[in-house]
Parts: sequence; structure tokens; C-alpha cells
Amino acid sequence: MNHSNIVGTSVPRLEGRDKISGQARYVDDMELPGMLYGATVRSRIARAKIKQISFGSEINWQEFVIVGPSDIPGTNCIALIDDDQPCLADGVVNHPEEPLLLLAHPDRHLLPKAVEAISVEYDSLPAIFKIEESETLAQVIWGADNTFKTHLIEKGDVDAMWQNADYIVEGEYTTGAQEQLYIENNGMIAQFDAEKGITVWGSLQCPYYIHKALMKLCALPADKVRVVQMETGGAFGGKEEYPSMIAAHAALLAMKSGKPVKIIYDRMEDMAATTKRHPSRTRHRTAVSKDGKILGGEIEFTIDGGAYKTLSPVVLSRGAIHAGGAYYWPNVRIRAKAVATNMPPHGAFRGFGAPQSLFALERHMDRIADVVGISAVEIRRRNFLTTGQTTTTQQMIREKIDLNKLLDRALELSGYHLKKENFAVENRQNGGKKGIGIAAFLHGAGFTGSGERYLGSAVGIEGCADGKVRILVSSTEFGQGTKTVLCQIVAETLGLRYEDVEIAQPDTDQVPNSGPTVASRTVMVVGKLVQSAAIGIRETLKATGKIGDSYAAEDFRRACQAYVLEHGKFQSIAKYEQPDEVVWDEEKYRGSAYAAYAWAVYVAEVTVDPVTYSVSVDDFVALQEVGKVLHPELAKGQIIGGVVQGIGFALYEKVIWENGRMLNGQMTNYIIPTSADLPSIRVHFEELGNIHGAYGAKGIGELPMDGPAPAVVNAIVDAVGVPFNSVPLMPEDIFDSLEDRAARDLHSSARGQGAQEKR
Amino acid sequence: MSESSRRAAKCEISLSVNGRVTTLQVHAMARLLDVLRHGLGLTGTKEGCGEGECGSCSVLLDGVLVNSCLIPALQANGANIVTIEGLTGESSAQSLQRAFLECGAAQCGICTPGMILAAFHLLSKKPQPSLEEIRERLAGNLCRCTGYMQIVEAVAEVARSGAAR
Repeated sequence: MNHSNIVGTSVPRLEGRDKISGQARYVDDMELPGMLYGATVRSRIARAKIKQISFGSEINWQEFVIVGPSDIPGTNCIALIDDDQPCLADGVVNHPEEPLLLLAHPDRHLLPKAVEAISVEYDSLPAIFKIEESETLAQVIWGADNTFKTHLIEKGDVDAMWQNADYIVEGEYTTGAQEQLYIENNGMIAQFDAEKGITVWGSLQCPYYIHKALMKLCALPADKVRVVQMETGGAFGGKEEYPSMIAAHAALLAMKSGKPVKIIYDRMEDMAATTKRHPSRTRHRTAVSKDGKILGGEIEFTIDGGAYKTLSPVVLSRGAIHAGGAYYWPNVRIRAKAVATNMPPHGAFRGFGAPQSLFALERHMDRIADVVGISAVEIRRRNFLTTGQTTTTQQMIREKIDLNKLLDRALELSGYHLKKENFAVENRQNGGKKGIGIAAFLHGAGFTGSGERYLGSAVGIEGCADGKVRILVSSTEFGQGTKTVLCQIVAETLGLRYEDVEIAQPDTDQVPNSGPTVASRTVMVVGKLVQSAAIGIRETLKATGKIGDSYAAEDFRRACQAYVLEHGKFQSIAKYEQPDEVVWDEEKYRGSAYAAYAWAVYVAEVTVDPVTYSVSVDDFVALQEVGKVLHPELAKGQIIGGVVQGIGFALYEKVIWENGRMLNGQMTNYIIPTSADLPSIRVHFEELGNIHGAYGAKGIGELPMDGPAPAVVNAIVDAVGVPFNSVPLMPEDIFDSLEDRAARDLHSSARGQGAQEKR
Repeated sequence: MSESSRRAAKCEISLSVNGRVTTLQVHAMARLLDVLRHGLGLTGTKEGCGEGECGSCSVLLDGVLVNSCLIPALQANGANIVTIEGLTGESSAQSLQRAFLECGAAQCGICTPGMILAAFHLLSKKPQPSLEEIRERLAGNLCRCTGYMQIVEAVAEVARSGAAR
């Protein structure tokens, strides 16, 4: 067989030409004859009973299609894990962006006025907006106790261990909501046909999530619901679950009007109403020996899920499992809880709970180092997981990972030790401006625990009549390079040229369910499946004598053509099977949480401006071990993009809330990094073999989101000497803390002088 | 607004888009972005924020880089507009597009047309910008995928090769 060596090289992005020439078709670029435009009327109040809805007389309502809860043919819910989130509020509202009614009109310019002309009279109810308010149970807004889900992870004997501790280090850490801010707003088009059923085209990550939601909402069988992904302009988790809501709305309007309906959110609606990263609170209590070894600890991880359950249990799970990070805990108890508030539901965002709990842990490690009196480097070195040890869920680390080597390499690349020394001297002279910080961490690839087994993903490879090979998956491209990398894997597997392989646009009528495009699972899990399915095609051609053991790309093409001519449709399907060593006990939350982990050490260098208190990141080293790098250019792009979102999470991106509504839902006042704000981000890969992914690849997409916030905040703490424990960390927060410290210093020095005088 | 008053609110403009002169009826309050996308079907120009912040709708208006979401259609009357679709004949633009592909500067692609117009505009004014200048001059175009480095690299690559001159 040919060895094409396509894997490991940076082939051109498959859909790249369309993207650079403006030809790529996103949902808002699509028009259908007779199409109407849809809009959503939302509650503007956090919690209330709806008394009456009235339609203003200034609008000619005859021209509009109006949909309310009574127009829903099936169940009024957005089916996901639970069915607790209504598609349209019926009687009560539980957050201030809750959809109430839908409108459609041929002229989209008339919609905003019509939405405004609808007024709702409420009996308002007391609402809650913070984790702490939810925990008091003064208002019970969801279930019996405002709790969507709890997880308990236990290892060793935590209660017995405290007596052996030389130090007990406690800390509380919080993270704020973060908006995904993909540049393409959410959008959907729906069309209904009594015979064919409902079809939706949209900007989305998970075609089969929408498929499931529409079946339940519209009371239609599987073959009467079709979901097609258009080119998708960024997602980052933000188009994992909410597109089901928008598809549902467009579908209801299309069913009622009999016309195609397009709903495109404007930026403010998208930012305010759709999901954001869960705000979190993590409490650590850690027992440490005098030489800086972690003896064990208790970790309490709590996230604010918003008004409905949506994906919070799963975000909670990943956050809890990552809460112990890349360290060995002989004893640990992790209590995790997702609570309800009257905020719009928080949801998936790159990292999925891990950036929250890892921020806490990596700040806490620096605190422990301070208490014990060793360096930030040493505390990590003494506690790193090593091969043969077990994680907090008692998963044995089998791969030959050497975190000390990664750490040494990152320190060397960043010039850490010399900078650390120089900054200390400079800071003494000029009052503290420059700092350097580390974060060491891991990220699990694929669904948690038995998740992949439950998903049971399937992929297809089709040998086509023209002799080309076509990949059939529901895995979506939204910037990461899904299409490119899957085509590389198949070309490499079959010894073909990259150009000989095609991939179908995700369309539930055409492709099997290869699972959602989330959880850093596409390359590792789906990639391995397309590899097996491709082997199936090759073996069939071999078994029928159409190719031999070695063949040229041209032979393969002819063989494929001949097979289709003789037998018709030529497909090979592969289904996921859980590897034997991946064993998970859902009850005890114990076992192999992930089939593989990616590992990383990031180093950030910052300057704090002594006048404006703004922070600039001057240098950033991102070193990671992600198994085999299949496409260096795309992999580098994933890391840099994730690091920059992480820097935004740490320094710029603050959601301002008022009674559960986002006040700064614009790009002018919710600030993300621009090209002028960033240093050169230095990306390095170490490659270790991995047995689970195609060609040894592990997941990569989420990893770079985990490390930047703690590395940057650790660097700021190094610079100014105040222990900040929250992100986003804004200039005003730094200003306040430094002012407080200055006031305290003044106070204590005055007292000190007094004492001297007495003597 | 009634059907008749909406019709009355339309007015006629004439502009050159990618070298072709067009006359069309537009809403008085229409934005140049709407004229391009809806009036002329040039959907390569994207809308990201609708308030001039993200730069996805960047086009050239009489050689000046503008956010087409902030330009009233009436202001574009008589103007020369260049959109991403109009760059096909420009060899320096093609070098840029090639460099974007090779350097991994386009991920989801939604900011890419605007970004390429901004880079094209920069290189036409200043064929040899420093890295600092590239970063500064592209700062009006937001990208959430790439973290910008590969975009800056692509532009620097074209400048280095002299293809912009």
C-alpha cells in the first residue's frame, strides 16, 4: 500500500477556498422563495406569572403570523437531558429572556416595532440571581431544592487525613459568565411540507440534538424531520444546545404559515438570550505536608445553571472531574452542585466546566506554595501525577506522561527563572509591575465516563460511482478543521491523495449520527471511527479481488467505480465500541473518566500599568502534549485561539447583569481581545503515543481554554503581591485591592511608628 | 407603517460595485450592507454586530475602508464600492487569499472577507508594514477563532514577498 504521509502535514483547509473568497454559504446568505422573517417576543422580567398579553393597536396584526404555546403540535419543551425548558413560556416565566410568542412577516424591518407593541402584564414573583441566594432556599424556583444535579467523588479517607497535615490551606475562587461571541450570530431557516415534514438549515454544532428536539416539539417521526448544517461562523459550545430553541421557533412559524421562515438574531439578542459560560464558585481545603506534598483535600465546586437544567449536569461533571487537575491526591472528596437561578440558562462553552475548576485549582496551588514557603514551580513538581498513579476518580494513568519534563521545557522556553529573578528586583525598585505565572493542567478528550458508550456513534464511508471516497458523519465544521482532518485520516488510511476524499455536509437525511461536535471528541473518537469504516471499504475491495495488497490511488479509484457498477451502493459503517480498559461506575463516580487526557504547562508574563491598572500580557508560552498532531497549522490555530479566549476570560470579558439581564450585550461594551492587545503566543507540542485516537491523536479543542486564566492571574499576583481569586480581573479590581492594601499599610505603619515611639 | 408609506420611503441610488454600475431602489434608511447583501446578492460581506465594532462587513468605499453597516445607502450614491467578490482580479489580493489559506488565517471564515479587505487596504497604502502596524491596522476587525497570530503572519508573508507592491 502507498504511504501518503498526509497525516502530520498541513494540507489546505478543505472548505478554505470558499471562505477566503466570500463564497461560503452561511444561513443568512440563504434565501427561499416567499420566505418570511421571524422574531421572538421575550419576557423582560426574571420571574412572574403571566396575567395577560395585549397587542398594541398601532400594528396591523393581520399581516403577521403569530405563534403561541397553543400552536405547538407536540410537547412544549426543548428536549435535551431533561425536558424542563419550555419552547414558549406558558403561564409563568423563569428568566428575563424567556420566549413568549413568535412573530413572522415578509418585511423584516417591521418586526422590531411589532415586538415592542406587544405588552405583557405580570404578577411578579421574587427572583434569585446568585449561587448563594439559590442555596438559602428562601425562594425555591426549581424542583424541591433548586438543585439540578450533584456529584460526589471520593477517594481514600479524607476525614482521617487532616491530623497528619502540617498545613491546611483554604481558599475560595470564583469565575464569571463568559459569552462565546462567535462572530456569526445564531440563525435558522425552517420549511414545512405536509408530506416531507420539517426541514431546518442553520448555524449549529449538533444536528441530531435539533432532530431530537423537533421530533418531540412537532410530534413528527424521525423521517419527517431533517436538519442541515450550513457553514457555521464560530460556535465554541455556544451553538451546542441553544440552536434547538431557534430551530423550534422557526419550525413553529413555518408550520403555522406554510411558508419558509428565517430567524436571525441580532448581536444583542444573541448575547443576552443565548447561553454563556456557567459562573462558578470553588472552595478548597487542602492538607499539605511540610515538604509541600498534598495529603488530600476537600473541594466544593458549584455552578450557576440559570433557570433550566439544559446541559448543566454535564458541565458540572466535567468541572468536578477536572477539579483535582494534573496532581496526585491520595485522599480527596469533591462535592459538586449545579444550582438554579432566574438567569437565562448557562451552557456549553469550550472547556465545559474545566476552565472554572482549573482556575480555582491553579490559583490554589500558588497559595499552597506561599503557605509552605516553596516556589510555584516546586509545589507543582512535588505533586504531579505520574504513570501508574490514579486520578481523583481512581483512573490509573497508563500513558508515559512526564509532567516534570513538560514543566522544565515550558520554563526553559519562557526563560522563567531568569525573568522571575529580574522581575523581583525590578518590582522592589518600582513598586511591582511585572510578573510571571504558571498553570499546569490536563483536559479529558471525549464524553465523560460511559458517555461515549451511550452515544454509540456511527459513521459511514461511501465508495462513490466516480471512484472517490466520501465520509458520512454528523460532525460539524465551525472553524476547527473537522472536514480537513477527517479527510486526512481517510486518505492516509486508504493510501489515497487528500483530493480523492470528500465529506458530506451534515444533513440528518444523509449522514448517520456520529454524535455531537463537542467535548474535544471529533478527531479522537470520530476520527478513529472513520478510520475503521475506511478500512472496511478497502477490505471489501480486496476481498472481491479488485485491489491487491498494494495499489496506486488510480487503482483504488477504478476498483471503487467497478464495485459500484456491479453492486450499487457501497458503504461501510463503523460503530463506537468502548475500549475494555475504559470502565466507569456512574453510581460511585469512579473509574476511567476519559479514554485519554491531553496535558499542558502554560507560562504567562504580564505588566500591570501603574497608572491605569490595565494588564498587558507580554509573552505567553503554551506547551502541550496532545498525542499525535495530525495537522500542525490547524492544531496551532486551535491553541492560539483558545489561549486568546482564555486571556479574554481572565482580563476583559465581564458580563454586567441587572435582574438577570445582560446589560452589555454589544461588542462595544463586552470587550474581547483584538489583534493589538496580544503578545506573540508561542505554541509548542510534545508528542506521546496514544492508543485511542486515529494515528494517536487526542482531543485538543478545549485544552487551551483551561490554562490562560490561572497563568495570567498568577502572573498578576506575582507582580503586585495581592492574591486575586476571581476572574474576570478588571483594572478597577486591581486598583481597589491596591488602594486597600495601601490604606492598610499606611495604617499599620502608623501603628508601627507609634509602637517605636513608646519604646 | 402601511404598505403604501413603505413604498413611498424608497429612493433611487446609483453606485459602482466591483466595477459594475447599478441603479436600484432602496429604503431611505437602508444600510450599504443591506444594499450589497439583499439588493445585489453579494453575500460575501457579512454582518457580525451591526454597530461598526467587528469589521465583518468591511468594504472599500472610494478606496476607503468602511464598515458597510454604518454607511447609509444614500451616502453610497455615486460611490465606487469594492467587496470581497470584487477582489478576484487583483493579483495582490490573490496573494493575500493564498497566504490566508497557507498560514491558517481563516478558521470559521465569517470574519475572513472583512479581514482580507482590511489587509488589502493596508497593503495598498503601505506595502511593507511592520508587525506592529499590521496588528494596529487590523484591530478594527474582530476574530474569535484564530487569536489573530496566523492572520498577522499571512499579511506579513505577503508584505515580505513583495506581492503587495
